[in-house]
Amino acid sequence: MTAIQSLERTTAAPLETPRILPPMALLAELTHRCPLACPYCSNPLELTGLREELTTEEWIRVFAEAAALGILHLHLSGGEPASRRDLVDLTKAAANLGLYTNLITSGVGLTEGRVQQLSDAGLDHVQLSLQGANATMADHVGGYRGGYERKMAVADWVRQAGIPLTVNAVCHKQNMDQLDEMLDLAVRLGARRIEIATVQFHGWAERNREALMPTQEQVERTNATVAAARERLKGVLVIDYVPADHHSTYPKACMGGWGRIGLNVEPSGEVLPCHAASTIPSLRFDNVRERPLADIWYRGDAFNAFRGDAWMQEPCRSCERKHIDFGGCRCQAMALAGDAAATDPVCIRSPLRPMLETAAASDGAATPGAFVYRTMKPQ
Amino acid sequence: MNGETSAARIDGATIAKLARGVRLRDDAVRGQQVLLAPERAMALDEIAVKIVHALDGARSIDAITDAFAAEFGAPRDQIAGDVIAFVQELSDRRMLEILS
Ligand code: SF4
Ligand code: SF4
Repeated sequence: MTAIQSLERTTAAPLETPRILPPMALLAELTHRCPLACPYCSNPLELTGLREELTTEEWIRVFAEAAALGILHLHLSGGEPASRRDLVDLTKAAANLGLYTNLITSGVGLTEGRVQQLSDAGLDHVQLSLQGANATMADHVGGYRGGYERKMAVADWVRQAGIPLTVNAVCHKQNMDQLDEMLDLAVRLGARRIEIATVQFHGWAERNREALMPTQEQVERTNATVAAARERLKGVLVIDYVPADHHSTYPKACMGGWGRIGLNVEPSGEVLPCHAASTIPSLRFDNVRERPLADIWYRGDAFNAFRGDAWMQEPCRSCERKHIDFGGCRCQAMALAGDAAATDPVCIRSPLRPMLETAAASDGAATPGAFVYRTMKPQ
Repeated sequence: MNGETSAARIDGATIAKLARGVRLRDDAVRGQQVLLAPERAMALDEIAVKIVHALDGARSIDAITDAFAAEFGAPRDQIAGDVIAFVQELSDRRMLEILS
């Protein structure tokens, strides 16, 4: 067994037939319902309504299949997962399966009692989103008055219940200059970790480019702020930082590579290699209502579409970084190059990069108008 | 609101245990032991697993080192260095609760 495995590696098996490893993480988008209306929401433009959502029993079956498949981390997300009335039951079922349960929440919809119930159910970790360092900014971005106050209360309940807390901060033109305050706030709230992610221009954010795109100077200042904070807060606050990709040299290895690390289950039960994959019209997605999760992971068309490197075009195909960033984001290639198999236009080696830079610079310099907030109804 | 505001320095007198939200689990699918934390899964080798088990919130690093030195018949100084380095790394990643 060991000998065969090492043989496979040393003989450099052609990447056309990649050895598919079990997935590590599952993002369960329990619902698209959400009281907030963030203008960069990563949910699709066509949102799934309550009636089409998987039932409690269906979700629990998915969790069991996921655990058997080798999933270690389960992210309970949305929309706002607290909008699901069965959130405590789902958490309990997942924890009983040995899954590491992480709740990704805006905080709205949680009460002190519910946080305690989640804690008792075995919830391992909470990720609380912050849209800004104060109520004025946070409630403006989230489009929900009183949201900030509620978040502060939720952080306190989470801490009292003893559940470790990560603060999620999505940064963009309008709140980026508050980053130092957001870091201080995270420490004051007792967070052990902060995830600072620069907004990604998929879905709703694409409609708000001028309102969200940071300038080059903002990006550089943010990089410096993060570097300084990593020194200053070492051992106090772990900082995970996703820099602005329109301003980077190479694209990110989106999702750690297509069909390599994780999968997303949509509220309706569709299984996606990444949350934006439904923007690629050529892909057909399997549903957990019709096919076992393991079968979808190993044999599903959507998962195999961009595994390995046989699908790659130049310049990726002959690039030495192709197993580092996997050619970048397929959804971004779709959106900007009109071809999901193209090199991510963020890459400095993409012929489209100059166009991208010009657009980023002009959107960055634009005076932000009003946000187009996300809504459940198509606009 | 009472976030910790300074990093813990690990030494022989330190007493620690895994923080809530960090757990050691048998990963049957991959045949390994993994330490799970928010967004992190660390595959641990046998020695690391032993150290994590020894972090019981009662014994000091010195006591753990003494026990390992006796068990492996290895030089105490070398073991102390390895244990402290690993525990410091866990601490810097905010994976431990430091009791003293
Ligand atoms: S990004 Fe904002 S609107 Fe979208 S689901 Fe999250 S909290 Fe709700
Ligand atoms: S050419 Fe393709 S593989 Fe090479 S760095 Fe750019 S995106 Fe990555």
